[in-house]
Amino acid sequence: MIGLPLVYLVAGAMFAAFAVLSAGDKANTRRWGNAAFWGLVAISFLLGDRLGDLGNGFLVLALALLAGTGRLGVGQPATTTPDARREMAQRLGARLFAPALVIPIITLAGTFIFKAVTFHGAPLVEAKNATLISLALAAVVAAILAQVMFQQPVAAPLQEGRRLMDLVGWAALLPQMLAALGAVFAVAGVGKTIGDLAVQWTPVDSRFAVVAAYCLGMAGFTILMGNAFAAFPVMTAGIALPLVVGRFHGDPAIVCAIGMLSGFCGTLLTPLAANFNLVPAALLQLKDRYGVIRAQAPTAVLMLVINMVLMNVLAFRV
Amino acid sequence: MLTLLGVAVIVVGFALRFNPLLVVVAAALTAGLAAGMTPLEVLAAFGKAFNTNRYVTIAWLVLPAIGVLERCGLQERARMTIQRLRGASAGRILLAYLLLRQFTAALGLTNVAGQAQTVRPLVAPMAEAAAEGAGPLQDADRERIKAMSAATDNVGLFFGEDIFMAIGSILLIVGFLDQSGITVEPLHLSVWAIPSAIAAFLVHGARLLLFDRKLAERRAGAPA
Repeated sequence: MIGLPLVYLVAGAMFAAFAVLSAGDKANTRRWGNAAFWGLVAISFLLGDRLGDLGNGFLVLALALLAGTGRLGVGQPATTTPDARREMAQRLGARLFAPALVIPIITLAGTFIFKAVTFHGAPLVEAKNATLISLALAAVVAAILAQVMFQQPVAAPLQEGRRLMDLVGWAALLPQMLAALGAVFAVAGVGKTIGDLAVQWTPVDSRFAVVAAYCLGMAGFTILMGNAFAAFPVMTAGIALPLVVGRFHGDPAIVCAIGMLSGFCGTLLTPLAANFNLVPAALLQLKDRYGVIRAQAPTAVLMLVINMVLMNVLAFRV
Repeated sequence: MLTLLGVAVIVVGFALRFNPLLVVVAAALTAGLAAGMTPLEVLAAFGKAFNTNRYVTIAWLVLPAIGVLERCGLQERARMTIQRLRGASAGRILLAYLLLRQFTAALGLTNVAGQAQTVRPLVAPMAEAAAEGAGPLQDADRERIKAMSAATDNVGLFFGEDIFMAIGSILLIVGFLDQSGITVEPLHLSVWAIPSAIAAFLVHGARLLLFDRKLAERRAGAPA
């Protein structure tokens, strides 16, 4: 059965290639830092299950130290000039979009088809990871297709991939680090402590006050923890079920659906939701690390108010 | 209560713009030590969780494909397509993308678009090219357009995906309520995500149209 291990093998190979190509990049004065950083990521993907928990802990520590002491530069693989790109864009026309469209098409098709395909009675692909596996397959196919269709050098996918990866830099690992932090916080009981505090501060005598406390609590907790999924069980058990649903008879489905969306407003406001807020800033080379958060903050705040009003109007109609 | 120091480390570290990877490790150590774990126990717990969450990082597998296409002029092609379109503006391009992103996310197709797949190679260059159609752009406005492109992707995704009943957040709600003795249908939950989705489209859409006006005002006010 094809599962995540195969995808990790492919990802490990890609990061190992980035490390090797970085080491040979004399234009980058910090090439050994880049080689070490992507090399450690490759080791994590290829051998992570054999390193043991403490071994993985030291690997993470090394990644953080390399990034935190400024050892990463930006590699400069040879690429095409702006003029050459304009000329190719003219010549190749709409065909350029084809490999880009292959990614969503294969991801989509794979998600549905893989679940149905069996081999000797067993499913060919792990059903719960069908989308991730399809995405990985799509990415590989699209890269090869682009290289062949437009007759690019064989090393182009890896060199150009490295160019983009170096632009993102350490931020590429931040989402995974934050997910791990969430697990440590859970072991240490951080979420429960914040939840208890929020419940203590909630006024219990007015319907709108408990609705507002639940929505604001979902958003605030999400801002602190970076993830609405971590906030939901704590806030819903602490405020929504006993007060909004229990005391004021709100419809639980409506309360929870809008409560989760209030948490998403918090996600739009926090640097801890790195893959949505900080990684794009790196990918687009914004000067302001928090530029994306600034751009979406007014929408998030307005939507939080609207969610409170919607919950108050829709959840208590009976 | 002492474990909250871990959250304090995060807040202060991000506010002072220390390297986030270091801040995260420091926060984990602080929270773990405050909860009575030894440094090595915290490191092991952190390493274990890092290893099980590797799937978060495999999204970067799309970079080689996007990179080759950029090498062949994908961003330039995206710009040319927009330049031929009459009446295009940064705000209107992003408005169309918002609708597309919300709609596809509502069908569960959250991975067909994204910051690496669509925003960097296609959406941001298109929005920039559309704004350039009305005259030269200041660097600060280029930054604003790129940031707004990324923001629009996030808003569209967040306020679209919950309309799909098999998405993670909906399944989490169903499972949690079930444990609390309340049975709800996923469909019932996803239907009640629709009012917020419509509101998000109106709010962010209005902001995008205002964004066009602000760009025009700054262009009028800027020295030629």
